[in-house]
Amino acid sequence: MTTPTSDGGRIELTSLCKRYGSGPLVVDDVTLDIASGEFLTLLGPSGSGKTTTLNMIAGFTDVTSGGIRLGGRDIAPLPPHKRNFGMVFQNYALFPHMTVAQNIAFPLRERRVPKAEIARRVAEVLELVDLTGMDGRRPDELSGGQQQRVALARAVVFSPSVLLLDEPLSALDRKLRQSLQQEIKRLHQELKLTFVFVTHDQDEAMSLSDRIAVFNDGRIEKVGTPADLYRNPGTRFVARFLGESNLFDGSPRPGGGYEWHGCKWAADDSAPPGHDLVVRPERLRLAGTPGEVPERANRVPATVTGLYFQGTHQRVELDYGHGSTGSAVLPPDATGAELRPGGGVIAYWDPGHQVLVTRDPRT
Amino acid sequence: MTARPWLKIVAVLIGLFLTVPTMVVLPMSFSSAKTFRFPPEGWSLEWYERLFTSPEWTVAIQNSLQVGLITAVFATVLGTAAAIGVTRLGERARGLAVGFLLSPIIIPNILIALVIFSAFLRLGLTGSLFGIALAHTALALPFVVIAVTARLQGMDPALQKAGGSLGATPFSVFRKVTLPLAMPGVLSGAVLAFVTSFDEVVIALFLQSPTAITLPVQMFNSVTVQIDPTISAASSLMVLVVSVPILLGQVIGARRGRRGTPR
Amino acid sequence: MPAITTAAAPEAPPSPAPGGRRRAAGPLLLLPALVALTLFFVLPLLSILLDSFTDPEPGLGNYASLFTDGYTLRVLGRTLLVALVVTVAGVTLAYPYAYMMTLAGQTARAVMITVVLVPFWTSMLARNFAWMVLMQDGGVVQGLLGLVGLGEVTLLGTTTAVAISMTQVLLPFMVLPMFSVMQQIDRRLLLAGQSLGASRLATFRKVYFPLSLPGVAAGASLVFVLALGFYVTPALLGSPQSSLIAQVISVRTRELLDFGGAGAMGVFMLVVTLAVLAASRRLTGPGAAAGAAHAIAGRNDR
Repeated sequence: MTTPTSDGGRIELTSLCKRYGSGPLVVDDVTLDIASGEFLTLLGPSGSGKTTTLNMIAGFTDVTSGGIRLGGRDIAPLPPHKRNFGMVFQNYALFPHMTVAQNIAFPLRERRVPKAEIARRVAEVLELVDLTGMDGRRPDELSGGQQQRVALARAVVFSPSVLLLDEPLSALDRKLRQSLQQEIKRLHQELKLTFVFVTHDQDEAMSLSDRIAVFNDGRIEKVGTPADLYRNPGTRFVARFLGESNLFDGSPRPGGGYEWHGCKWAADDSAPPGHDLVVRPERLRLAGTPGEVPERANRVPATVTGLYFQGTHQRVELDYGHGSTGSAVLPPDATGAELRPGGGVIAYWDPGHQVLVTRDPRT
Repeated sequence: MTARPWLKIVAVLIGLFLTVPTMVVLPMSFSSAKTFRFPPEGWSLEWYERLFTSPEWTVAIQNSLQVGLITAVFATVLGTAAAIGVTRLGERARGLAVGFLLSPIIIPNILIALVIFSAFLRLGLTGSLFGIALAHTALALPFVVIAVTARLQGMDPALQKAGGSLGATPFSVFRKVTLPLAMPGVLSGAVLAFVTSFDEVVIALFLQSPTAITLPVQMFNSVTVQIDPTISAASSLMVLVVSVPILLGQVIGARRGRRGTPR
Repeated sequence: MPAITTAAAPEAPPSPAPGGRRRAAGPLLLLPALVALTLFFVLPLLSILLDSFTDPEPGLGNYASLFTDGYTLRVLGRTLLVALVVTVAGVTLAYPYAYMMTLAGQTARAVMITVVLVPFWTSMLARNFAWMVLMQDGGVVQGLLGLVGLGEVTLLGTTTAVAISMTQVLLPFMVLPMFSVMQQIDRRLLLAGQSLGASRLATFRKVYFPLSLPGVAAGASLVFVLALGFYVTPALLGSPQSSLIAQVISVRTRELLDFGGAGAMGVFMLVVTLAVLAASRRLTGPGAAAGAAHAIAGRNDR
C-alpha cells in the first residue's frame, strides 16, 4: 500500500446539483472540501441526497451542474472505471462466479498488473482484513461479515486514492456491525486514504468520522466534527437527527432572553427570530419544588411520562405540554425530585448549556 | 390437514395420464409389423434402419438439424442482446418492449404460419430452409428472452457498478461479469430455441417444398399422406432429442442456480 | 419465477439501471430483435389484416361470410366447443392435482411439477402419434373401454380424441397458475372455518374454493385461448369432417391461396384470444399474466 501524496486524495465538490428529468433537485448546491486522508461521513435520512452525491463522486450518476475535483483535477467527465476510486457496496457486490482471490485480483487484472505482483498484493490485502487462507472460497461460502471484508479488500487492493463506502454495514446485524466499524476505522488509520462514508445511522457516523456532513432534502445542513455537531447543531434538523434533544419552539425576546409559552428564559446570545432553543438531555436536571432550583437556572414545568433505570444512568422521559416532549439523562444516584410516571417536576438547566438553532437554514 | 387417500389416487392417475401414453412410441419403434398395431406382435430394427438410411428420412433429419442450429444461433444472439438491452430501459419502456418481444407466445402458431406464409410467398422465401429458420427465430425469440431476463433480474445491479469502480471498462464488465452470470440463461435459451425449431411443424408445413422438408413435416406426412411406420422410430428419436436436453437443462439449471445467483 | 422485488437503494429514484451514461446502449441492443420481430411477424400480420379487408374485393365480405356461411359457422362453433370442453376437463383434472401439490412435500412437489410438464416437453408429433396408436380401432383404449362394456366406441377421427390429447398437453397451463394461487392461501383459514363450526366440506366450499378462483380463471382463460389454435392434434386425431378452425385456415391458405378468407378467420381468432386474456386479466388482476409467464417459463429453467 502506498501512501497517497499529501493532496492526492482531496475531493472538492462545488455547487453540485442533480435532477432527474424535469423533477426537483435531488442534490441541491452541495459544496464540500474533503481533505486528503480524512474520514468524512455523509449522514442523512433516506431520500436526503447522500447516496446520489456518492454516486456522482463515483461516476455512476451524471452531474447536472457543479464540479467534482480530485487532487485539484476535474474528474466530472470521467467514467467510473477511470476515476480510480475504491468502492464498497451495501450488499457487498462480490462477483458470485469468482473465488475470493479472483474477486480481489479483478481490479489488478483490469490494470494489467503482472501475475506475481497480483499474487503478492492479494495475499497482503487478505492478511490486512484477516482472511488469510480464504482465497479459494466462493462468496456464498462466506458469512456476511467475511463477505464485507472481502469487499473492503477488493476495494483497496489497487491503492486507490479514495475509498467510497455506501452503507456498507446496513446489511449486517448489530454485533457484527460494531466489530466491522472497528475494522473500518483500523483500515483508515493504516491505509491513510480518504474515506467517504454514507450512512443513515447517526451512531455509526459519530463513532467513525473525522467530520460529518448532515444531509437534508438534497442540501448539506451542516458540516463539522461529531463533537462540534452535537454541541452546536446549528439547525433544528441537525439537533433532532444527531442525538436527543429537548427542543422548544418559542422565540427570542427583543433585548435578550428567550420566551416559550409564557416561560421566560435567560439567553446569552441574542438571536434573530426563527430560532428554537435546544438542551441536551444530559444537561437537564430535575427538581420537585421551585425552591430546589438554583437561582440563575432556566426552568420549565414537566410531567414524567417514563422512567428507565439503565445502570450507568437513568433516563426520564418528559412532557412539557404544547406538543413538546423530551428527556433527561441523570446520574443513577441523582436526588432531588421524587420521580414517578405521571408526576410533575421542574426541569432546569444552566443557560450556558442551551443552544439556539435555526428552524429553516435557507432563510 | 393431510391429503385424503382418494386425492392421492386421483393425482397419481392424472400423473399417469400425463406421462404413460407417449411411452408407447418406444415399443412401437421396435415393432416388425407394417401396421400400427399395439402391442407389437414381433420385434425388429427395420424402422430405425429406414430412419437412418432411406434418403427421405435422413435428409429430413439433416434439414431439421440445420434449421434448428440456425434458429438457435439467431434467436440466442438476438434474444440475449434484447434481454440485456431491456434491463437498461426505464420502467415504462421496459414493459412495452418485453410485451412486444413475448407476443409470439400468445399468438396461435397457425396464425403465425398464415402470416409468414403470405409474406414469404411475396418475398420468395417459401420452400427454403433458411426461410423456415427465420420464421422459427421469431417463434423462439421469446423463450431466449424469458430465460436470459430471469437470470439478469436475479442479478444485483451493484455488481456492474462494482466492476466499473474496480477499473473495468463497460465492455470488460459485460464480458467478465454480466455475460458469465447470464450464461446459464443464455444456454438454456439456446437449447429451448433449438428444441422449439426442431419440433415445430405448422410453420414448417406451410413453408415446405420437396427440397425443404423438416423431420416433423416428414413425420406428419407419413401418417396423413402415406402410412409409414418409420414414424415410430422417428418419434422415439424426437423424444430423445426434444425431452432429454430440456430434462438435463432442468437438472443442471437447478444445480447451477443454487450458486451463482446472489440471494 | 416469483416476482422479483429489487431491493432498491433507499433513496435511489427510479434509476435507469447501471448508470446514466450507459442508457444509450439499451435501445441499441434491443434493435436487432425488434427489427427481426417487426419484419417477420408484425408487418406480415398487418399485411394479412389488410388482405382480410381487401382480398378478393374491398369490404367486410370475408367477415360477413365468417358468420353467414354454414360450413364456416359450424367450424367456428365446433372449435369454440372443443376449446370449452378442453377447458372444463382441464379444470376438473387440474384442480385436485394442483391442490395435491400444495399438500405435498418438497420432493413430491418437484416430481409433480416435472410430471405435469412432461407432455409439454415431449415432441408434439411423437405425443400425437402415440395417441393415434392407443386410440385406433382395436387399440388399447378401446380395449380398456371394452372392460366396462363400451367396446364399440370409435375414438380416432373424432373430436373426443382431439380433446383428450389437447387436455393432456394443456394441463401445465392450468395447473401452474392454480398452484401459484393456492399456495398463497393461508391454510389456517380452513382451521378457523372449522373451529367456527363449519364442516370440512363447507369450509372448503365457502373459504378455500372462492380464494382459489383467480387461479382457476387464469388457467382456464389461458387454456381456452391456446386450445383455439391447435392444428396438428385435430389434423392427426380428428377428421376432415370435423375440422377445427386451424385446419380450415391451413386449407384456405395453402390450397386455395385465399389470404383474405384465411386472414379474416385468423383475425377473428386473434380478437377472441386478446379479448379473453384481457377479460381474465381484469377479472383476476395481473396475477393471471404472471401465472401465464410462470407456466410458459416453466418450460425452461424451473
